[in-house]
Amino acid sequence: MLARTADNLYWLARYIERADYLARVLEAALRLSAMPRTYAGPTNEWDSALATAGCVDEFSAHYDVANEATVTEFLAFSSDNPSSIRNCFEAARSNARTVRTALTSATWNAINGSWLDLHRYDAGAASREDIAGFLRWAQETSTLIDGSAYRTMLRKDAFWFTRLGLNIERADNTARILDVKYHVLLPKHEHVGGPLDYFQWAAILRSVNALTAYHWVYRESVKPWLIADLLILNDQMPRSLAACYGNLVQNLDLIAQSYGRQGAAQRQTRAVRTRLQNSRMEEIFQGGLHEFITAFLADNSRLGDTINSQYLI
Amino acid sequence: MAVAFDEMSGLDGAVRPAYAELKRWLDEIPPDLLIRRHKEAEFIFRRIGITFAVYGEAEATERLIPFDIIPRILAAAEWKLLARGLEQRMRALNLYIRDIYHRREILRAGIVPEELVFQNPVFRPEMNGQKVPHDIYVHIAGIDIVRVDADTFYVLEDNSRTPSGVSYMLENREIMLRLFPELFSRHRVAPVENYPDELLASLKSVAPASATSDPAVVLLTPGMYNSAYYEHSFLADKLGVELVEGRDLFVRDAVVYMRTTQGPKRVDVIYRRIDDDFLDPLAFRPDSALGVPGLMSVYQAGNVTLANAVGTGVADDKAVYSYMPDIVKFYLGEEPILRNVPTWRCREADHRAYVLEHLGELVVKEVHGSGGYGMLIGPGSTKAVIEAFRAKIIADPNNFIAQPTLALSTCPTCVAQGIAPRHVDLRPFVLAGRDRVRIVPGGLTRVALAQGSLVVNSSQGGGTKDTWVLDR
Repeated sequence: MLARTADNLYWLARYIERADYLARVLEAALRLSAMPRTYAGPTNEWDSALATAGCVDEFSAHYDVANEATVTEFLAFSSDNPSSIRNCFEAARSNARTVRTALTSATWNAINGSWLDLHRYDAGAASREDIAGFLRWAQETSTLIDGSAYRTMLRKDAFWFTRLGLNIERADNTARILDVKYHVLLPKHEHVGGPLDYFQWAAILRSVNALTAYHWVYRESVKPWLIADLLILNDQMPRSLAACYGNLVQNLDLIAQSYGRQGAAQRQTRAVRTRLQNSRMEEIFQGGLHEFITAFLADNSRLGDTINSQYLI
Repeated sequence: MAVAFDEMSGLDGAVRPAYAELKRWLDEIPPDLLIRRHKEAEFIFRRIGITFAVYGEAEATERLIPFDIIPRILAAAEWKLLARGLEQRMRALNLYIRDIYHRREILRAGIVPEELVFQNPVFRPEMNGQKVPHDIYVHIAGIDIVRVDADTFYVLEDNSRTPSGVSYMLENREIMLRLFPELFSRHRVAPVENYPDELLASLKSVAPASATSDPAVVLLTPGMYNSAYYEHSFLADKLGVELVEGRDLFVRDAVVYMRTTQGPKRVDVIYRRIDDDFLDPLAFRPDSALGVPGLMSVYQAGNVTLANAVGTGVADDKAVYSYMPDIVKFYLGEEPILRNVPTWRCREADHRAYVLEHLGELVVKEVHGSGGYGMLIGPGSTKAVIEAFRAKIIADPNNFIAQPTLALSTCPTCVAQGIAPRHVDLRPFVLAGRDRVRIVPGGLTRVALAQGSLVVNSSQGGGTKDTWVLDR
């Protein structure tokens, strides 16, 4: 297939995944900020939402204060923010339009339909209800788009490239949450049962859609090192780094088989996955959670570059 | 201006046989059914994204072409005549262009004036003596036809560069099948859905000698901001070929390749929807970012087929058009089956004198104009507009031709007030391959939705209709 087509599909999937993630980050922040201070703690949820979205610098170029109004506007609707939820859908639709021939009609309909719906929110959102409605819509829509691709696309390179985009983006997002929140996950902060951190931890789990999953996996009250374990090493958990890299290895192998050639992308992915498989949570904490996450983010972004130069240009 | 011939009711109001069943059906159905179906059709079009862009309208970069849900019907015998005429015209076009770029017999015979060719900005000296695979220049033509009475069809234009609209022909049929299954079961409508297959067969048949037995065909688009982008992606999809932009292609050692996820892949046939000017910045406009540097050198080396060929514009400006009946006779030794609209060339003194005297009753067009822009429709124009045109013609007579204001035929059309006659034209799509000329029955019917209007162009508020050719 055309390299440009593969590039468009890869980014299309990234944008949709990013929109979904941002919607969940905002939802979790809204929930925390609505809580009495004695429960939520002294941190500014809005600063940390910006940090997990990875756009602190862009934000400060346009606003002075991070609060509910400014951050919601910036992350959800702003046209100044290239990765606002709205712009993610705009970019995804524009990509889809360039590669229509590579999409099934069901997937195109889901994307184009969502883009038509998006105009309902042209005026932004006036109330908390509106915002909540928009964030729910964004999550449902990305599920619909992803689901229709999953159900209808032929299992060949076009589909595999969308899976690469989705998993690279997802791994990046999960790692970013851990990076911003690692201080509340450190063992020394441990006061099990203390209300303060509980709500912070719960917010992390909500951001990756894993609060219920946590209880099913560990059958324990929420503990920081188990959260880290769930999000980093547990390959049953679809948004964990291990699961994302499992998928990346699988899809890159499929591409390599079909093209009859392995490359740097396959080797790098396997190396990262092997590292994740051989790690234990205790060692990660000993070596420093922050250092581990920082190194992972760098690896993940390097893999993105390698995929780009191997297939997309 | 004469009373228009209505394709359903003729001139005398008696329903013509091809429309008998449709008329019965229209009388039977509940009055709001058409309105409901029309809304449904619009919803489907927007959902699928069948849109076009109008340049210079920032707020409406994606618009729907209005679709009229009452079909336009042609009887089998009418179509048979049209198809024969179109095939004849297509053969003549190809022989003419080949001649212009080789022996120029038609110029030497004094049939077409030399300056019309050599001073024409779309004449391409690069094509002089250039061989093209199987001597086919125009692979796809969208020959515009208008009708003025029960027996007379005129050719209005031979769009022989990069004609568009075929996706509407195909989508209109799909939508009609979905909305009115019952109406189809009461008619025997010849299918059009095999157009992409016929197109692909035509394109593969003209692959260069260097290609394998399974030539690689691509569709070259200017990109998603082009007004016909929807059509490009639609066709690429139906053809099962890659939809490429200039930046996806590159030239090495006189071969064109596309950049794929598996490295460079050789390209044999390019169905290009980019004008000559933008094809290759090294050969034509150096500022073109849409083209492929070096493409012309590959073309000249005979290693790629461009469809349509470079330089086919010499056959479709409105001044050359007026010579088409002579061109048909010259190359084929046959009488033209399809007539031309009588045309006065303002470049000739006696014609010009007549035109200037009768501006109020004529249609005046720019020789290189398109899209219904830059034309004068005498009847109904104000004095000031007519005088402005007079000045333009005197200043640059070579740039204008004039034709009588035709009473284009009308078809029943769904409008706000109910069903009313509206003027229509027809663009059948004619394909030329190595083996033969292919035409799917019908084409795109364009309809001027405003009462009395003769302008059918989509950029100026025209709509489209499904075109039915009855099988018997």
